[in-house]
Amino acid sequence: MQDAQYQPDNLIATDIAAYLHQHQHKSLLRLITCGSVDDGKSTLIGRLLYDSKMIFEDQLAALQADSRRIGTQGQEIDFALLVDGLAAEREQGITIDVAYRFFTTEKRKFIVADTPGHEQYTRNMVTGASTADLAIILIDARKGVLTQTRRHSYLTHLLGIRHLVLAVNKMDLVNYSQTVFDDIVADYRAFATTAGIGDFTALPISGFKGDNITSPSAQMPWYSGPPLMPLLESVEIDSTLAQAKPLRMPVQWVNRPNLDFRGFSGLISGGAVRVGDAVRVLPSGRVTTVSRIVTQEGDLPHAVAGQSVTVCFADEVDCSRGDVICAAEMPASVADQFEATIVWMTDEALMPGRAYWLKLATQTVSVRLQAPKYQININTLEHMAAPTLELNAIGVVELTTDKPIVFESYHENHALGGFILIDKMTNGTIAAGLLHFSLRRAQNVHWQALDITREARARLKNQPAAVVWFTGLSGSGKSTIANLVEKILHRMNRHTFLLDGDNVRHGLNKDLGFTDADRIENIRRVGEVARLMSDAGLIVLTAFISPFQAEREMVRRMMPEGEFMEVYVDTPLGVAEARDVKGLYKKARAGQLQNFTGVDSPYEPPSNPEIRIDTTQLSSQEAAERIVAALLK
Amino acid sequence: MPMPSGSLTHLQRLEAESMHIFREVAAEAENPVLLYSIGKDSAVLLELARRAFYPAPPPFPLLHVDTTWKFKAMYEMRERMARDSGMQLLVHRNPEAVARGINPFDHGSLHTDLWKTEGLKQALDLHHFDVAFGGARRDEEKSRAKERIFSFRTSQHRWEPKNQRPELWNLYNAKKVKGESIRVFPISNWTELDVWQYIHLHQIPIVPLYFAAPRPTVVRNGQLLMVDDERFALNPGESPQLRSIRFRTLGCYPLTGAVESQAQTLPEVIQEILLTTTSERQGRAIDHDQSASMEKKKQEGYF
Repeated sequence: MQDAQYQPDNLIATDIAAYLHQHQHKSLLRLITCGSVDDGKSTLIGRLLYDSKMIFEDQLAALQADSRRIGTQGQEIDFALLVDGLAAEREQGITIDVAYRFFTTEKRKFIVADTPGHEQYTRNMVTGASTADLAIILIDARKGVLTQTRRHSYLTHLLGIRHLVLAVNKMDLVNYSQTVFDDIVADYRAFATTAGIGDFTALPISGFKGDNITSPSAQMPWYSGPPLMPLLESVEIDSTLAQAKPLRMPVQWVNRPNLDFRGFSGLISGGAVRVGDAVRVLPSGRVTTVSRIVTQEGDLPHAVAGQSVTVCFADEVDCSRGDVICAAEMPASVADQFEATIVWMTDEALMPGRAYWLKLATQTVSVRLQAPKYQININTLEHMAAPTLELNAIGVVELTTDKPIVFESYHENHALGGFILIDKMTNGTIAAGLLHFSLRRAQNVHWQALDITREARARLKNQPAAVVWFTGLSGSGKSTIANLVEKILHRMNRHTFLLDGDNVRHGLNKDLGFTDADRIENIRRVGEVARLMSDAGLIVLTAFISPFQAEREMVRRMMPEGEFMEVYVDTPLGVAEARDVKGLYKKARAGQLQNFTGVDSPYEPPSNPEIRIDTTQLSSQEAAERIVAALLK
Repeated sequence: MPMPSGSLTHLQRLEAESMHIFREVAAEAENPVLLYSIGKDSAVLLELARRAFYPAPPPFPLLHVDTTWKFKAMYEMRERMARDSGMQLLVHRNPEAVARGINPFDHGSLHTDLWKTEGLKQALDLHHFDVAFGGARRDEEKSRAKERIFSFRTSQHRWEPKNQRPELWNLYNAKKVKGESIRVFPISNWTELDVWQYIHLHQIPIVPLYFAAPRPTVVRNGQLLMVDDERFALNPGESPQLRSIRFRTLGCYPLTGAVESQAQTLPEVIQEILLTTTSERQGRAIDHDQSASMEKKKQEGYF
């Protein structure tokens, strides 16, 4: 092979001790390669692995055999075969978001995130880019800057990758022409300027022939910059830069083996900490001093971004998982309303108003998103109006968390500005987000301290405060049974209130229709009202179709444990439709009513209701008595 | 850990990442467990767990899914590490495999299936573990390169390739419903060389079988096997010969191939590995089984 002088392993045979010493002091660079198979991406990665001697002899033998048999490079080694194990898996329907490859040189260890270039590219690329210090954007020298080049560049820029390498590949197929290279670079520079991409490094290579990979290419004397490998070995690493910022350490775990030790464990995401430093614990804002930095190998005088440590405080300051230890004079911010860029990663589209989990650093909170302000066309970078975000869409959204969180803009600190959204029903990771800024400071919100508690009010009424939530199809008998329950309770001198469509849809919610989004908002408001009324000590009965499990769960989570009783009035669709008390099914079937539950809008039955009433088995009176008994037991 | 000046070394960053993963799981899981298989990767895994929670012991037990066919030296190491770490050691042996006397000589791939795959599921169900730490690495073979760090399993312990979650930054989504479980691989981003270097740097105890010594061996099906106890049924014409051997991976002794070697110190072992020309998994018979791809094994619940 050429590049024979690039032999990082000479020392191994001659002086293993020196080799080990050298390798213990290597740094780590994470990078992502962007491009499709046609750009020679797999060939380039295979080449990097090969040239850094990461290929064992048995693998090489297999590779040579495979190259002759199924390779695309004639008698020469097809490096792409080294990393292609993905094609077959794709055929089996296995989702591959990112494959990680490893290679090492005498200066650095490298982790390469390799993402399939085709479908799901946004989701996959964003995932791979989230941990990368550097991105290699591959361009086929014969094709120049393409739409996908712009797309890849935008995504790496969005994710805040600071080092961009434009690798103009397949130079061997354009006669190593400087003109071709210069034209492509000029083209790209024009695009980069409009996209807000500052600096990038361009270099001409041939992954297949090995030009400008580890050593300067004899074919391109006109290129005076460093070849790819030396470039990768010399760029500055993000975690090193992060050390210059103010201290940020999200607390993962409170370490308390006994009464004499109380330490706070976490991965430092910004700055450095020294024993004796004043620190501020957010969100409480309490200030204390670091007394020890504890590791198994002994206490440290200081620690820096990128290290996992355990710190102790001089004072007994409240601090728990989710808190962030900050430099006392330069703390992070605390807020509950934000603007963020969201990358949607799942088939079910964003549902404005629905509650999701948001996980940022070690904080997990409930969050609601508004409809997008706009969606970004990642090919043209145009802003487009969009009611929601579908799989692989990127948009800018305002969101509100149910309690204040500690944050920084993603630009400042990826660990305190990058978050994921989790679906509360499926538990899937459904989106990635990047916080821009807060819309208002949460510090300005002060809860009125209330001396009279909800328990006190309920005690005065001699009853438990509760919400009894009836759900079921239209015409299932919810209102009838709820009315009977209220009558029985009233006779027992209990204080109740019944919320149903008649007294809510005509007033509080008269601005809402019957789309999915409006139904969600309807239930949210009813849930809030029900909670306030139960705070007043009342037994609140609600009778709404409430077709979606997620919203019923949302209301359940608003309530203290044990004070939410879900009653599923289970009437088969056929029976409800046959009754058709209000004539609504007939209208819906005739197409005069849109979004009618059970007809052209889904009903999700409760999976685990406190009470299930089978109205084909029980009379309304029997059902009501059963519910009252359960409520007052 | 020497005081960092400027950039951290790759080992420091890998260590920090692994400790972070251990703590995330401890904070979010209900009942985690560390699958301890006694090999060098397990040694590093255990060391990292201890570092993550020092000065407390790790807040979870060790689980060894035993086959009764490990090397004697492995059992000794297991007991020693449980003592040193102050962690509870749980040993599970599939009662059905015990009753049927399942062994690698007579039962072929049924041996792995019953002792390891079924045994692991039984142990997880028995103790209601919802997260199990394992020592798998992405560099072990091509198909592992795409593995996530948090790998979700259904309540039947099946790996659903289509139902895995994207992993961004260092944010791990550990939410699950009752019955589901997660396998977590804190050393996913370590390579074999990283593991050896870390062991060297921190003098982490490993089973002596990793170092060359004269041991009784026979050659069978092209593999160099060690006769570790009297249960090794010799074929006609076979007689154990002393050879200077060591092992690159450790498993059930009748299934684990040795290499001839003179490497008696860790630097010598590392030197030999770096100059050697065959990749790690060749030592393990499991890969050579007819259709026993790792992928299939994983779907069935073996790591």
